[in-house]
Amino acid sequence: MKSLKLISIRSFLATLILSISGSMASAAELRYVSGAVGNAIEVFQTLVKPWEEATGHSVTLVPMPASTTDQFGQYRLWLAAGNADIDLYQTDVIWAPQLADQFIDLTEHAQDLAPLHFPSIIESQTVDGKLVALPIFTDAPALYYRKDLLEKHGQPVPSTWEQLTEVAQIVQDAERSEGNDDIWGFVWQGNAYEGLTCDALEWVKSFGGGQIVEPDGTISINNPQAIAALELASTWPGTISPPGVLAYQEEEARGVWQTGNAVFMRNWPYAYSLGNGDDSAVKGLFEVTTLPTGGGHDTSAATLGGWNVAVSKYSENQEAAISLARYLAGPEAQKTRTLVASNLPTIISLYEDEDIAREQPIIPRWKDVFLQAVPRPSAPTKIKYNEVSAKFWSAVHNTLSGDGTAAENLELLEFELEELKGSGW
Amino acid sequence: MFDFSKELDLEAQRRRAAFYFLAPMIIALFCVAAWPLLRTIYFSFTDTSLTNLYGGEWIGFDNYLQRRELSSGRVIWRGTLVDPAWWNAVWNTVRFSVISVFFETVFGLGIALVLNAEFRGRGWVRAAILIPWAIPTIVSAKMWAWMLNDQFGIINDILVRIGILERGIAWTASIDTAMTAVLIVDIWKTTPFMALLCLAGLQMIPRDIYEAAKIDGVHPLKVFWKITLPLVRPALMVAVIFRMLDALRIFDLIYVLTPNSKATKTMSVISRENLIDFDKFAYGSAQSTLLFAIIAIFVSLYIWLGKVNLSGEGNQ
Repeated sequence: MKSLKLISIRSFLATLILSISGSMASAAELRYVSGAVGNAIEVFQTLVKPWEEATGHSVTLVPMPASTTDQFGQYRLWLAAGNADIDLYQTDVIWAPQLADQFIDLTEHAQDLAPLHFPSIIESQTVDGKLVALPIFTDAPALYYRKDLLEKHGQPVPSTWEQLTEVAQIVQDAERSEGNDDIWGFVWQGNAYEGLTCDALEWVKSFGGGQIVEPDGTISINNPQAIAALELASTWPGTISPPGVLAYQEEEARGVWQTGNAVFMRNWPYAYSLGNGDDSAVKGLFEVTTLPTGGGHDTSAATLGGWNVAVSKYSENQEAAISLARYLAGPEAQKTRTLVASNLPTIISLYEDEDIAREQPIIPRWKDVFLQAVPRPSAPTKIKYNEVSAKFWSAVHNTLSGDGTAAENLELLEFELEELKGSGW
Repeated sequence: MFDFSKELDLEAQRRRAAFYFLAPMIIALFCVAAWPLLRTIYFSFTDTSLTNLYGGEWIGFDNYLQRRELSSGRVIWRGTLVDPAWWNAVWNTVRFSVISVFFETVFGLGIALVLNAEFRGRGWVRAAILIPWAIPTIVSAKMWAWMLNDQFGIINDILVRIGILERGIAWTASIDTAMTAVLIVDIWKTTPFMALLCLAGLQMIPRDIYEAAKIDGVHPLKVFWKITLPLVRPALMVAVIFRMLDALRIFDLIYVLTPNSKATKTMSVISRENLIDFDKFAYGSAQSTLLFAIIAIFVSLYIWLGKVNLSGEGNQ
């Protein structure tokens, strides 16, 4: 009696396992993890619907905090623990060297797809010959400006940071004297996190002050142009920027901007379609242009952002996951994403696409921004990049909040980076 | 003779029974507390990284303190114990703990004294006062972050409207006010916990002492200093130890409420950063071990000093 019972339990378990694994093979349920900024969740659902219908698989988005630093910490923990619950990770352009071991090599699976993309982006996701992730969209920030306010006060669109400072102050003062008390000149991302590294790298690079660590590994940050750039930026909080900007990330800056309380904003392309949404106070009132230059330097700089999709090597549904990754990186999904979310495609031919040019006239123009994109020093600094970035943003944050001058903080930063580098990155 | 051995047997049996009853607890505690702690201490003596958790090699005290001689003969010291960022975090943590626990104790005791009095609806008030403590820290930190926001925050709005401030303050962003903001939120959140523990202590005090004092016509302030405070002290000491333990490992509130700047970074925040963000798992483990040691020293000192005082009083 007892043994019979045991056998029946065993056979029951066996059929259960068989049925589960059987259903896995036919229709996989994937989990895709990504930071959720703006309307990312709705966009994702629209995007994957055709894929779900075509393959019979389904995918759930696991939303994460907007801060890329927080996302990275969580992903690294999951991957270190060999977590099989997540099949696909949406990865930042800078993460490839640090997480390469935990993702599968997509080189063979994307042989036909990879050549369609910008070669520089594919290169950024290749570590020691292994294609770690497939690009799904790229990102390069731009300067958003209120054309109505500039026209009203007879001010030009600024081409230098110095001019921006001046124009922002004039418009802010004029608006406030007319009773618009909540207006600010310029909002950006000043919290101590990865986003500040992006913002500050743009100031430094557009002043001709290099890119913190050069591609050959030299630490270049302590130079007069970089100091001048940070000195100018440190005058903003409390004058043309709200003092709270030192705690702002992308969404806080967009909050001030989209309620109509800022003249200029530095932000990524996602804010463009949201700013033109029906609930936006600035709908139709703004334009975008390339970020300014400064210190007499003549080319501007935009930090290269962008997101990619990687397949976890611990995933139990790798085949389906690869299929989804290929779909998301392919022309169809990238076109849809561009149309609904104003994200920049990584497929070169889409910049000539007629539908995109009609629906999102901004995108072909963003090609100019993209051409001036500057990468963060993640390639030369390899696995130490996060620490380099944290030291850089701390030095900048200290300077902006008046804790030490730009010269002092950058000198200290140079010393710390030299120490971190040791005999080599 | 026979009786004696039987008694021994009984004693042994009881001891064994006690052990059986305790065993599940000991095993559970070992698994969830002792093992992770020992493993962290072990990691702090290796060069483990998060990408290779089982490949670390023993490197002794190098994560704590390491003497290196440069080729020029100059000697430099490395490690957590000479890391200014670490000592800044220690200072932040200690400052935060002492100030927050001090105010929480004072306010908590005050509230407990009020609640100890008889009045209608006392049960409701006692339940209501626990609300801030019952809200998860992440939720209350986010809530306060919005309330303290410089553009949309209600606190700034109120202060500007009643004319105390000219323009909103960026409470959590500015170095000068970030720690104050954290303290305000923490005191708001944990004072109810202190009040509850103090109240429990107050209710243990026999009522007849107060009656005797009343008959003798002792001034209420004197009653407080001479009767209430000495008698509630043991309960208060335990409450302070609990809060101190909690405050010294503060992480969530600071991580959510303020930017990641050196004005508010605490020991837990900095060790998490090294453990996970910087892939310096062993270095972060060394900092966690130090954090454990500091808390242990704090608590032992406190208990030790407390006892000395208590026995001094007993002699009088």
